[in-house]
Amino acid sequence: MECVFGLVGNGFAIVAADTSAVHSILVHKSNEDKIMVLDSHKLIAASGESGDRVQFTEYIQKNVALYQFRNGIPLTTAAAANFTRGELATALRKNPYFVNILLAGYDKETGPSLYYIDYIATLHKVDKGAFGYGSYFSLSMMDRHYHSGMTVEEAIDLVDKCIMEIRSRLVVAPPNFVIKIVDKDGAREYAWRESVKDAAVASA
Amino acid sequence: MQIFEYNGSALVAMVGKNCFAIASDRRLGVQLQTIATDFQRISKIHDRLFFGLSGLATDAQTLYQRLVFRHKLYQLREERDMKPETFANLVSALLYEKRFGPYFCQPVIAGLGDEDKPFICTMDSIGAKELAKDFVVAGTASESLYGACESMFKEDMEPEELFETVSQALLSSVDRDCLSGWGGHVYVVTPTEVKERILKGRMD
Repeated sequence: MECVFGLVGNGFAIVAADTSAVHSILVHKSNEDKIMVLDSHKLIAASGESGDRVQFTEYIQKNVALYQFRNGIPLTTAAAANFTRGELATALRKNPYFVNILLAGYDKETGPSLYYIDYIATLHKVDKGAFGYGSYFSLSMMDRHYHSGMTVEEAIDLVDKCIMEIRSRLVVAPPNFVIKIVDKDGAREYAWRESVKDAAVASA
Repeated sequence: MQIFEYNGSALVAMVGKNCFAIASDRRLGVQLQTIATDFQRISKIHDRLFFGLSGLATDAQTLYQRLVFRHKLYQLREERDMKPETFANLVSALLYEKRFGPYFCQPVIAGLGDEDKPFICTMDSIGAKELAKDFVVAGTASESLYGACESMFKEDMEPEELFETVSQALLSSVDRDCLSGWGGHVYVVTPTEVKERILKGRMD
């Protein structure tokens, strides 16, 4: 099942997501990137219904870009999170999106932040968060080892511990994970943790 | 799966001598999993009016935004704050608007009316008001809260004694409810000041 988790460190926020695209018992691909770069300093890690996930996160990404074009300044992380929650809440009683979101961002004035947004539009600012069956393992791991103001090395170590726990204890554990980081220098991919590589596509 | 028990909550408001207290638990959960232990369930409308929303967190957040919006408009038009009785009518009307597709919330409203007379009320999810002279409760721990408040309540308590009573009633009730707890948030409001206190109870 889809595993997404994240935490806030000293001047940065990290999110990790599994990279399997699954339909029933079939794994379509195992290098699907579920963490979208929302803008220069924001990441949106989404899990849930695949169509809704892609559609909704792209919709949010384009609207965040539109705000920047119209107003000349980017949205803060809190504003983007509240906008996302608003869209989910409006759609909830009409045509709900089954997407769970962890929104990580860095603002110059307030530093790093992580927002937990449920598929039924419950919004909460957190220091550590997780979705999916993997959350039972990663949240407990983070409860044990997390402290505020962790360095990047300590945080990556904790993320690796969580991935190890998910791989060894979850029955349908996803093999590969992607880790992305956002700090004052922007949002970027940090690393992949692969234990199964997709076969290379044959060239025409 | 009961929709009112999805996130877990406990709310209580009590009347004292020219003062009132409103208290809530701090847990935000998703059924059996705890997501956060610092969730704010009580919001301030103005210095003499507080309200809390128990039930589904997403609807509580949506309702809070709508109510703050309506009160700000009222302030612009009337150039004064809303009386607690008026606010309770507003909440009731907003809830009944959605009679056949309701917000899954139970509000608890507490305020100081004319001549500093404390006012408390609660209502169900479709806006049926329940005025009370002594205390009102809401949330997953409401049955325990009824018992605890009934036995601990005394007429005309001073603010300090009221705080003790409300805190003990809240903590003992949430200790019997697995879906609420992780501390408490108590506001004691007198005509001259608002005292906000965080309680540390059984952190489970």
